[in-house]
Amino acid sequence: MSTFMSRNDLLLLIGFTIAVLTMPLWLAPFGAGYPDLLNRFAIFAIFAIGFNILFGLTGYLSFGHAAFFGVGSYAAVWSFKLLSMDALPALLFAVVISALFALLIGFLSLRRSGIYFSILTLAFAQMSYNLAYSVLTPITNGETGLQLTLRDPRVLDNALFEAGPGLPSPTLLGMPLQGFEAFYFCAALLIVAFFLAQRISGSPFGMMLKGIKSNQTRMHYTGFNTRPYTLAAFVISGMYAGLAGGMLAIVDPLVGAERMQWTASGEVVLMTILGGAGTLLGPVIGAWLIKYFENIFSAINDVILARFWSFLPDGVSDAMVQITSKFVGDGWFLTLGLVFVLIVIFLPGGVMEGVRRIADQFRPSRRSGRPANQARPHPRPAE
Amino acid sequence: MTKISRGLTRRKVLQTGMAGIIGTGVAPLVFSKGAWAQEFCNNPTGDTVTLGLNLPLTGTYAEEGADEQKAYELAIAHLNGEGDGGLIAVLAPTALKGNGILGKKVGYVSSDSQTKSDVARAGATRMIERDGAIMITGGSSSGEAIAVQGLCQEMGVIFMAGLTHSNDTTGKDKKRYGFRHFFNAYQSGVALGPILGEQYGTDRRAYHLTADYTWGWTQEESIKNATEALGWETVAAVRTPLGTTDYSQYLTPVLNSGADVLILNHYGLDMVNSLTQAVQFGMRDRQANGKDFQIVTPLISELMAKGAGESVKGIYGTSNWHWNLQDPGSIAFTKSFGAAYGSPPSQAAHTAYVQTLLYADAVERAGTFYPPEVIKALEGHEFEGMGNGPTLYRAEDHQCIKSVLVVQGNESPTSEFDVLNVVKEVDRETVTYDPAIFGGELGPAEPAPVC
Repeated sequence: MSTFMSRNDLLLLIGFTIAVLTMPLWLAPFGAGYPDLLNRFAIFAIFAIGFNILFGLTGYLSFGHAAFFGVGSYAAVWSFKLLSMDALPALLFAVVISALFALLIGFLSLRRSGIYFSILTLAFAQMSYNLAYSVLTPITNGETGLQLTLRDPRVLDNALFEAGPGLPSPTLLGMPLQGFEAFYFCAALLIVAFFLAQRISGSPFGMMLKGIKSNQTRMHYTGFNTRPYTLAAFVISGMYAGLAGGMLAIVDPLVGAERMQWTASGEVVLMTILGGAGTLLGPVIGAWLIKYFENIFSAINDVILARFWSFLPDGVSDAMVQITSKFVGDGWFLTLGLVFVLIVIFLPGGVMEGVRRIADQFRPSRRSGRPANQARPHPRPAE
Repeated sequence: MTKISRGLTRRKVLQTGMAGIIGTGVAPLVFSKGAWAQEFCNNPTGDTVTLGLNLPLTGTYAEEGADEQKAYELAIAHLNGEGDGGLIAVLAPTALKGNGILGKKVGYVSSDSQTKSDVARAGATRMIERDGAIMITGGSSSGEAIAVQGLCQEMGVIFMAGLTHSNDTTGKDKKRYGFRHFFNAYQSGVALGPILGEQYGTDRRAYHLTADYTWGWTQEESIKNATEALGWETVAAVRTPLGTTDYSQYLTPVLNSGADVLILNHYGLDMVNSLTQAVQFGMRDRQANGKDFQIVTPLISELMAKGAGESVKGIYGTSNWHWNLQDPGSIAFTKSFGAAYGSPPSQAAHTAYVQTLLYADAVERAGTFYPPEVIKALEGHEFEGMGNGPTLYRAEDHQCIKSVLVVQGNESPTSEFDVLNVVKEVDRETVTYDPAIFGGELGPAEPAPVC
């Protein structure tokens, strides 16, 4: 056991690091190379990676993860308002408070499994949403969303230096976090989050979680008490969500209650399934796909379509604009839905299964001695 | 896991990792840095200028969003000198020439805000960062408007709010870079109060059903103040969650509460549902305290009145504008909107259209796109001809002060669009208020250093 990580894991991590850090370059041709969307790519990837630790490893489908995301955001913004505009305390609060929150909800929800667990988490999340939307308005500012104001105390900042005019923006140890600086901050956290998830899923603890997914009853019979493991996975996954929520508050210091709505919880489930639950890269790819659709497809309007189809003869191009306009702009949900249906039907393991199938095409005979399954860096636990 | 070492040590991993991070991470920074350093955010240097339309194309207020989009497209066409010119000819005073803005052709980018403030901010950020929008406009809920307004203040980009009725937009959350043409809940109360007194007497007992979020609360408070000043008594104010479809559990208690007026502080689909169900409960045929039971909908639009159908007949409410007004501005706008899309414009469409023209006019008068100058041109600007009579863009809170319409559901509509009658145009002196009552501060006009 002299090695730090296996060769495959290391290659994956290095490849992932390079892909993430060069995102501004390779996403630019797709119209997605601007900082705000890149930040969201990194943040929602962390959210999905964390969700995958619970859903992908233990098989517990939480339908209320947006609650932790929202709690993380609120905690971060309150840290900005009360303490300091620095990102580090904000993230610390976001993670700690969402962990406590996850501990509470996990403790209650994990008494049940399967669909009952999903419904319980959904109920808690919806409860948090309604509390944030109206009942707790003094804390959350309700529908309008919690924003920074000029009159915030910001105890630490005001004690250390003179406040400038206008609203301050979040910093990292004095360096302003805006534009690409913010992105590289998010990217660094994403890589760390990915690395940790990789370590968790390869560790004995991760094995235990996969065992729970395969057959919880058998685990019980062999003498394991699975509750602490599932609760730990739930809390870790809640902390990931809180971290992501806190980061979203850092790149955009406003938090609205709709971050906790059930649609937001559903979104992270979609991301994970679309990319491939139980894989490391899958949730990241799923998150990127969905955020890309949400931000780029929804912004395509008839003018852009007309330009795109202009190489066709007049009548044909008009017809193409008519047809395609149903799938972009306000129709982006339709496109996303179609993609999702196609993937679930033809690639039940998500995009990652597609990748694996293609990869298998290229190396059929080399590992003929043993089943191809074992050659894979990250086998999906058996059902 | 385990096994294969092949010379990989912890140190080596860290070294290569760091080199990778520095090599790939810092290099693009060097190239991209200059891209954001401009004289001010998105200074249009070419021969076009881009406006950012942030519209709820899906979600609760999608219908309003679709109508706003039509209005923006029409306004942009008119600014570029296409079509019949619409309101450009009737705006007075005007600096618009019908050749774009400052000679630059106007284009637009759009984004679906889904009636969610988070998404609205993401969309606005994209339009500013990627598409180079010089101004952001749109929205059809106050939550959205306030969220985007805050963002625009930080980015140093002017925000011309669409449909937002909450007092907060130009009250406690007002911003130097945010401007609202639409009226607000406070003005609704002031305008509606006297009419309610005239029609229903001064010893009524009111029961409020209120959408449970910021806008609902401010409206409830404003209407409560106005009616209590008349001598009415407020029996109860019950909060209903946004997006409720079945109001029977909220309507049953009204019957036994001793109230004789039901006030519905709802908007959009919520209002259509609550009003229709209240009428189905037979409330309007009831007698309470020896008087006819009445229903009031303080904020109502054509789209909602159309949705409520029969139920809206005879119901009082307020509107920002109505297509049936007979001033030259309203006639011109209804004509060119009708010619383009085959239906009369809603008040959401009107406010969207007018905001676009007012921004363009302010830029022309300022002679530059530089936001602080444009803000100065808008602040305290006095104009007329846009369908609301003489109007002032108040400098203290960026709220347009203009007349407010009291409308009533039409008893005998002649067409599917003829659903509301204008009962009274409450002049702007009556609905003016002291901007200090809501608190808040506008903040600085100097644009933020980064865009």
